[in-house]
Amino acid sequence: MAQLPGAALPAKGPMVPHPVAVRHLQRETHDTYTLTLDPPDPDQGLPFTPGQFTMLYLFGIGEVPISISGDPASPMQLVHTIRAVGNVTRPMQDMQRGSVLGVRGPFGTGWPVREARGKDVVLVAGGIGLAPLRPLICHLLKRREDYGHISIFYGARSPADILYRKELESWGGRFDIDVSVIVDHAASDWYGDVGVVTTLLCKLRCDAGNTIVMTCGPEIMMRFVTRELNHLNIADEQIYVSMERNMQCAVGMCGHCQYGPGFVCKDGPVYRLDRIKPFLGIREI
Amino acid sequence: MSNIHDLAQIIREHPFSQGMSDEHIQLLTGCAKNTHFSDGAYLFREGDDADTFYWIRAGKVAMEFHAPPRGTLQIDCRKAGEALGWSWIVEPYRWFCDARALEDTRALAFDATCLRGKMESDLQLACALYRRFVPLMYRGLQRTQLQLLDVYGGN
Repeated sequence: MAQLPGAALPAKGPMVPHPVAVRHLQRETHDTYTLTLDPPDPDQGLPFTPGQFTMLYLFGIGEVPISISGDPASPMQLVHTIRAVGNVTRPMQDMQRGSVLGVRGPFGTGWPVREARGKDVVLVAGGIGLAPLRPLICHLLKRREDYGHISIFYGARSPADILYRKELESWGGRFDIDVSVIVDHAASDWYGDVGVVTTLLCKLRCDAGNTIVMTCGPEIMMRFVTRELNHLNIADEQIYVSMERNMQCAVGMCGHCQYGPGFVCKDGPVYRLDRIKPFLGIREI
Repeated sequence: MSNIHDLAQIIREHPFSQGMSDEHIQLLTGCAKNTHFSDGAYLFREGDDADTFYWIRAGKVAMEFHAPPRGTLQIDCRKAGEALGWSWIVEPYRWFCDARALEDTRALAFDATCLRGKMESDLQLACALYRRFVPLMYRGLQRTQLQLLDVYGGN
């Protein structure tokens, strides 16, 4: 692991980025890539809870909040799957092995892995929303016996936009987990489902009263997913959503990601639905 | 006679007929037959007369448009337990898209002309069918609206 200038300096607080080297960049889809970074601490790695995010700083250009998408059991490699959509994430996709980024974090709340123990677990993801759920899936599969029935429902724009395709195929091949994938539209060589992710929920096999649902994707998708789950007698208290807002400082100071009385960077991004539902309908936030 | 009896039972067991009276099941049975499509076979094509509609018993069917230069686009699919096709119920009774079996598919095929005639003379039957098809259309419209939003498309 390369020792970078400044990497050995003591941490100066959560606002100071740690320089880390790019270890590997893998293209996932036409606009999405996975960055594997060296950890800021070469001894401890970067321990994190599934669902947390870091701030990635492309020096001289800007900083962006990105969910960690690696395996929490492997803290020695810091993995992020990123969609190239903005002024920072577009040039970031051109980074080479050994290039240096700044990292702060991890920040925010994680998925409720303890609360879910002994229960059926349902994951509903849309588009890049599968990335923040990937650490959770790794965790669930490593501790498979701690959980009841596990279902993953994933919606993507088209077959070419499916994230982690090989892993989805591998998870779908297991006998102890249900994986369903649906795309908005496809060419004639696609033999999977076509439609919206809510359509898949009619396949849901779970004990509604003893189920935890975790969903991540575009907010409008989560709104329709939660509505469908309520129809299936799954209460808001059983549903966790990962919210996305304009997070900048990541420590609840700057106020950019204020959501109701709290801040998404500090009180989120993972929320229990009933705790934020009053704010979901307010268009101004 | 036993074939008719079997067909009525198959119709009765299909989720789409749940709650239908025996009388209406018998009326449907008079317009129905069992059918099978091999993987890749077309159930209907865009612009054809919508003279048959289907309740799928097993398999999967893609709903598609041929859209040059992009080629064929799948926009929806239907599976076992679902009904396929609304165009038979709305004038001018022509299919709006193609329907192609994605795997070996078994379905109940209903003669639309036969059934439209029965619906004209039996408004209760018409009501029973519309009560099943309107929610289907409503859900289809909702799905289409969500697809139009292109929610996964990024900025």
